[in-house]
Amino acid sequence: MSETKKFMYVNRHAPYGTVYALEGLEVVLIGAAFEQDVSMAFIGDGVFQLKQGQDTADSDMKNFSPAYRALGDYEVNCLYVERESLEERGLNEDDLMPLTWEDEDDDWAEKKSIHIVSRAQLSDLLEEQDVILNF
Amino acid sequence: MAFELDGRTYEVDEEGYLADLSEWNAEVAAYMAKEDDCDLDENHWEVINFLREYYDEYQIAPAVRVLTKAIGKKLGKDKGNSKYLYELFPYGPAKQACKYAGLPKPTGCV
Amino acid sequence: MLHTVNKSPHDSSSLRTCLSLAKPGSDLLLIEDGVYGALSGSIHSDTIAERLNSVTIYALGPDLKARGISEDRLISGIKVTGYDGFVELASGNDKVQSWL
Repeated sequence: MSETKKFMYVNRHAPYGTVYALEGLEVVLIGAAFEQDVSMAFIGDGVFQLKQGQDTADSDMKNFSPAYRALGDYEVNCLYVERESLEERGLNEDDLMPLTWEDEDDDWAEKKSIHIVSRAQLSDLLEEQDVILNF
Repeated sequence: MAFELDGRTYEVDEEGYLADLSEWNAEVAAYMAKEDDCDLDENHWEVINFLREYYDEYQIAPAVRVLTKAIGKKLGKDKGNSKYLYELFPYGPAKQACKYAGLPKPTGCV
Repeated sequence: MLHTVNKSPHDSSSLRTCLSLAKPGSDLLLIEDGVYGALSGSIHSDTIAERLNSVTIYALGPDLKARGISEDRLISGIKVTGYDGFVELASGNDKVQSWL
C-alpha cells in the first residue's frame, strides 16, 4: 500500500432494530484487510452498540456484540464514544463493554480501545480524517 | 443444498459451508475434508479446534491475517505463518478450515 | 387502546407523539428499539415518567435483554412483560395502534 489514509467509521444506529450496526461492523472487519489507519466513532444511538450485557437468547437474533471484542485483532484500536450521547441516554462509561487491544510494540501490553470524547473533540477528529463512512 | 452422512441430512450453502453451526460434529469435518481429498491429521485439527473456540468467543470467523497472527500466538511462530497454514489448507486456511469447522465463510474473505 | 412503539425516542418522534395523543387508561408497550425509551436518566425520561399516572407503560423483556438493559435501569413504574404478556395486552384491548 503506497499511502495510508485515515478512515473513520461513524456509527449512529442502535443494534438489532435496524441492520446498520451489523453491516457497519462487517465493513470495518473487511476493510481492515487494507491496512489503513482505522478508527470508529459512536454517536447518538450508536453508543448502544457497545452496551455491556447484550443477550439475545430470548429474541431469536444473533448477538453480535462479542465481535466488537475482536476489533483489536483486526488492528482497529481506537473507538471514540461521544460523552454527550451517553449522558443524553442515561448511560456512562461503565455501561460499555471493556474493549482492549494488545500493543505489539509494547510487549503485548493490553490497552483500552474505548476513548470517551466530548462533542467538540469528536468534531475535531472528524475534521482530521481522509475518509468518513457512515452507518 | 445438503449432504447425507450416517443417516442424517446436513444443509449447506452453495459453497459447502454448514447452514447450522450447531449441527457440526467431527464426522462432518472429516467428511467435508474427504470430499476435498484431504485427510485430517492432528495439525489440521489444531487449527479447526482453534477456529471453533474463536467463533465461540467472538461470533465471527477470523480473516486469514487475524487467524495467522492468533495461531502464532497460541501455537508458536513455526505455525503462525501463512506457509504452514497454506500447506495444511491449500484452498486458503481461513476459507477451507472454517468450512471444516462448521463456521460461516470468514467475513472479508476473498 | 394498546399503543406499541418500536423506535428509539432519540431517533424518532413516535414515542413523543404517542404519549401526547394516548388517552388516560390506555396501555403502551415499548418493543424493539422502543425499549430504549424505558431507560431512566435519559433526556426523555421525565416526559415519559409524567405520563405513567394515566398510561400504563410496559417494556418487552426479551428486547431489553438483547440490548443489555437490566430492569433496575428502567424508569420506576414501567412494567416488564414477555411475549405472552404482549399477546394478553393485544387481546385485552379493543384496538392496537402500532406507531412506526
